[in-house]
Amino acid sequence: MPTMTDDGLRAAAWHALSTVSDPELDEPITDLGFVAELTVDDDRAACVLRLPTYFCAPNFAYLMVADAYDALAAVPGVERVQVRLDDHFASEEINAGVAAEFGFADTFAGLADGELADLRQAFRRKAHLAAVDRVCGGLRADGWSVEELARLRLRDVPQSEDRERLCRRRRDLGLPAGPDDHLLVEDDGRPLAADELPAHLRFAQVVRVSIDGNAGFCRGLLRTRYGDDETLRSELKGGTTR
Amino acid sequence: MYEKDGERYFIVDGHVHLWDASPENRNHYGKGFIDCFYGYHSSLSPPEWVWPKEKFDKYTEQDLMHDLFEIGYVDTAIFQPTYLTEFFPGGFNTTDQNGVLAEKHPDRFVLNGSFDPRDGERGLEDLQRLVERYKLKGVKLYTAEWKGDSKGWKLSDPMAYRYLERCRELGVTNIHVHKGPTIWPLNRDAFDVADVDHAATAFPELNFIVEHCGLPRLEDFCWIAVQEPNVYAGLAVAIPFMYSRPRYFAQIMGELLFWLDENRILFASDYAIWHPKWIVEQFVDFQIPEDMQGEYGTLTPDIKRKILGLNAARLYNLEVPAAIPPPAVAAH
Repeated sequence: MPTMTDDGLRAAAWHALSTVSDPELDEPITDLGFVAELTVDDDRAACVLRLPTYFCAPNFAYLMVADAYDALAAVPGVERVQVRLDDHFASEEINAGVAAEFGFADTFAGLADGELADLRQAFRRKAHLAAVDRVCGGLRADGWSVEELARLRLRDVPQSEDRERLCRRRRDLGLPAGPDDHLLVEDDGRPLAADELPAHLRFAQVVRVSIDGNAGFCRGLLRTRYGDDETLRSELKGGTTR
Repeated sequence: MYEKDGERYFIVDGHVHLWDASPENRNHYGKGFIDCFYGYHSSLSPPEWVWPKEKFDKYTEQDLMHDLFEIGYVDTAIFQPTYLTEFFPGGFNTTDQNGVLAEKHPDRFVLNGSFDPRDGERGLEDLQRLVERYKLKGVKLYTAEWKGDSKGWKLSDPMAYRYLERCRELGVTNIHVHKGPTIWPLNRDAFDVADVDHAATAFPELNFIVEHCGLPRLEDFCWIAVQEPNVYAGLAVAIPFMYSRPRYFAQIMGELLFWLDENRILFASDYAIWHPKWIVEQFVDFQIPEDMQGEYGTLTPDIKRKILGLNAARLYNLEVPAAIPPPAVAAH
């Protein structure tokens, strides 16, 4: 095992956390300001997560804590991980459940009748639709008609961050994302026909409006609760070890 | 009544509260709950409308009367009770608490009741008592409310259907539903609105007003509302975005007008989370930004008049002053 400086390990830990998304908002927890503290020393990484309100949905909170735990544990050089959720009505259950690797259903015995796989999948589908709207909104603005969109392959879409995001969301769902694959496909991978597109795209739009709006609302609430976090973020990301 | 640029608006505030969330009347969940409300309040209000936290915890009858009717342009306000007795031992604002004020000013308030299907047979009797006592035309339901071991319920539960059936018999036609993070079952979407779909289909004679227009699940709400003509959008929580995020608000309005129509959208301030004065003033001045009008169209005075009061007046049989022009026949 190569020895890493604390600074190197910190950067790696931060990067690992940036791969964890709020499933509901489809944005990294590091961008959303949900990471309140990150401490690394020797082989130990510890982080504190915080959310916009005391009553944020506990299932999503659990997913983020568990994902953060897994992401930090996978960083080379990290042997011990601690993730703590602060100021939430279910903090105690979630922190204890994730640390003991109980799984979700056992963490909330009596309040859940299964694990969170279906929930995660439902929100991956929403994130996919929102990504479709971002790409197609751009194409429509460039003058592409709905009939033309139905014929497009991924390689026909100009390179952009939105296209990359769409491809990532497709892979998350197990959908083909190669250059020759159709741009617009159903959840089962079947290419959409031109006459199905107007309804599909209209729904994708309202999904995107909804997700964007929620993200804006949550950022505002987080700012109200904890103040502006720009300074905190650069400090967490940067080389200073706390 | 509000008047601007020669246009008159009859104002029905579809969602107001007089709550007690003071430290004497709350446990630590209650504190978390009111802190969360205060976050909404301070995050989305213009700075000059932000109250000190102590006032937000508990304000007076005089504050409410002044804010709504003396300066807030409101003609009629609908009291929506929120019991939350697991968080606030004396109740956050119950029907009987609101009833005291409503009976003092019968020309100003519509009093709504509430029920909780987990109260079983006794609750059905209580509902009947409330309806007879106050001549209720509506109820506000909070499916995320905790009760003992239960952390929430659904409108489609068999017992909920019995309550809705009783509402139908008693002429309680307006079912306001607050969808919030229901805790049970935790592995599903906490804001799921699918139960509204089932109930709206099963009870076509009832109107289901989804408060906060289903936010944060606008898309699921719109999907249901387009299929169920008796589903309405309450604008509480959505409308204050107009100040801090006008383009986002324009999108919400545009989406609601597309999926529902101008006859199924109701203004509400959610006082005291937000103050109706600035909301009414800004909404009357609000327009869809030019670059979005191609897609969403514009908000005409007629549309605003319906949203600000005429739609609620229709649902609650309120008398509209003769000075208010009737809506033009919509050209669809």
